[in-house]
Amino acid sequence: MVMIASANDAALCRRATRRNFAQLTAGHLLSLPAAVALLLLFVAPTIAIFGIALTDWQLGADDLSFIGLKNFRALLVDPDFYKSLRNSVVYTLLVLPATVCLGLAVALLIESGRSFRAFYRAAHFLPVMATMAAMAISWEALLHPTIGLLTQALASLGVPTTNWLKNQHTVLPALAAIGIWQNFGYAMVLFLAGLKVIPPDLYEAAAVDGADSAFDRLRTVTLPMLGPTTMFVTIIITLRSLEVFDTVSIITQGGPEKASEVLLYTLYTESFSYLRTGYGAAITVVFLLMVTSLMLLQTRIMDRRVHYA
Amino acid sequence: MANLKLQNISKSFGTVSVLQDVSLDVHDGEFVTLLGPSGCGKSTLLRIVAGLEQPDTGSVVIGDRAVDQWRPRDRDIAMVFQTYALYPHMTVAANLSLPLVMRRLSAWQRLPLVGPLLPGSRSLRAAIAKEIGDVAESLELAHLLDRKPAQLSGGQRQRVALARAMVRRPAVFLMDEPLSNLDTTLRTQMRIEIAALRRKLAAAFVYVTHDQTEAMTMSDRVAVMFGGKVVQVGSPQALYTRPATRQVAEFIGTPRINMLEGTVRNDGCVDVADSHFVIEHDLAPGSRVHLGIRPEHLRITERIGPDTITGRIQRLEYMGNDLLLYFTALGQREQLVMRISPQQGAGLRPDLTVHVTAAREPVLMFDHSGAAVASCVHQVTQLRNQRWS
Repeated sequence: MVMIASANDAALCRRATRRNFAQLTAGHLLSLPAAVALLLLFVAPTIAIFGIALTDWQLGADDLSFIGLKNFRALLVDPDFYKSLRNSVVYTLLVLPATVCLGLAVALLIESGRSFRAFYRAAHFLPVMATMAAMAISWEALLHPTIGLLTQALASLGVPTTNWLKNQHTVLPALAAIGIWQNFGYAMVLFLAGLKVIPPDLYEAAAVDGADSAFDRLRTVTLPMLGPTTMFVTIIITLRSLEVFDTVSIITQGGPEKASEVLLYTLYTESFSYLRTGYGAAITVVFLLMVTSLMLLQTRIMDRRVHYA
Repeated sequence: MANLKLQNISKSFGTVSVLQDVSLDVHDGEFVTLLGPSGCGKSTLLRIVAGLEQPDTGSVVIGDRAVDQWRPRDRDIAMVFQTYALYPHMTVAANLSLPLVMRRLSAWQRLPLVGPLLPGSRSLRAAIAKEIGDVAESLELAHLLDRKPAQLSGGQRQRVALARAMVRRPAVFLMDEPLSNLDTTLRTQMRIEIAALRRKLAAAFVYVTHDQTEAMTMSDRVAVMFGGKVVQVGSPQALYTRPATRQVAEFIGTPRINMLEGTVRNDGCVDVADSHFVIEHDLAPGSRVHLGIRPEHLRITERIGPDTITGRIQRLEYMGNDLLLYFTALGQREQLVMRISPQQGAGLRPDLTVHVTAAREPVLMFDHSGAAVASCVHQVTQLRNQRWS
């Protein structure tokens, strides 16, 4: 009797193990394409970058030699690198708060109105969809020192104007303005989605409790409930600002006097114009580390303060 | 402390009329339940009292003042929401203090960083902390004050929602299906707690539910609503024993009241199935009527007579202290049910024929429009006419 039972148990066990194994295999097989793509397109290039950063390889060259940390040492004393690092940080600090605030404000306005919602949504989201290369040229025209529409409009209002994109002091803010224009629609869409999931009950409870002015509603319900969205928007916009490239490349090429030289543009010119690919890879490594640690820090800090419903 | 008066309130959303000319008085200290199936307008009515919706016509009076133009915060009401609507990012303490903070502190005093430095705000905050401490104590929430709502169980959240309503000591408590998200055990327990709570608080309570058990057990009076109208207002006993319409009779009571179709005879008796009932009424002979008999008012009899209904057992449901016996009767479309003791049901099984009587028990009669014909009538066993043959 006991023996039969244990034999049965063993058979059951075997069958269960076999089924588990089959499920496991199926799971792995199903995730294989994604894993391979990730490996080929993301992990392998990253490892390659780390490798190339330790060599003096030039793009197209047949041979290369291992030079250790020499690229990084050169980087540390390169004033141009610091300049582009500083420019990237300044650009991000200009774009991030404005984009988040503008995106939130527009989302709140759209959500509070009743008519033309779809139109406003689409209109504000268009810059995100537009081809940035073409838009960059349009912006160049708008900001043209003599015939630019924006410049003329400002001049007619009595605002002192300048050659925005050729002036060392205005070029970065001008590019940041374009960056804000390009990104806030994206932030808006995310905020709109965030606003949609706030339970209306909370606003009603707030109204009964006495928090019924626009400011109190915002402080008591809207902003705290948008915490996770805000965190996501902040991270995404930080990334997108640090990655700014197309406007710089098309409009200013980093000029004047490297006043608009940003990390990604430096990386690009070092690697592909000056063909110092090893050096470019070293910049990439620094860039990657910077971005990753920034993201980790941001998530850490904000996670502690953000409420997930 | 105030009376609440709803006067001729109507409300439509677009073309859908949700409330039609609803009037209701709730006295100070009274617990009134709005009971009705979903979509009957009971929640909308509550939200109109709260000021979260504006009625198309009609007026809400709290105390002696019409509050129609007042914002919810100024109406001296507190509301418990079905979803509790606790602020998820705040601790229980912050949730409880918010209504008081919003009232007593100025906008400047409420500001973070700067606020606490302003004169008076510290002592006001201390007073509020003491008050919410007392309320939390009374609802056994004191040990949870530092938690966030996500860290609480359903029952605890419910209690926090109640406490938040209590801290303001409002004149009118509004509750919108507050127990519907709880499991059965917890619901029973919270029912008892709310009942105890209302005895302590001198306020008018308006409680919305679709659960008749809640309505019957907690209320002083119940307003039954159907299709945007208050059909009957009365004590739970009155609603059960003297329903104004067939709809009310069918809505209240589990299992549902038996409705037997019948016809008024020339001599005034009502023919139902193979039985006839002697009932006092003033309907014309030939009228179609419905007789309502509660399941507990039917019983099995050995005797076959003019007042017995012959039925065929469909199924039996054993409930422990009761046995529900479902049967069909001759000429009746709907299945009938009776509540008997398990002893009486011994030996019964489906497909057996039984004789059922409601002799000397209350029977309700409704005319073809569904209105109650007689307030409460009893079947008379002694027949006025010829004997059964």
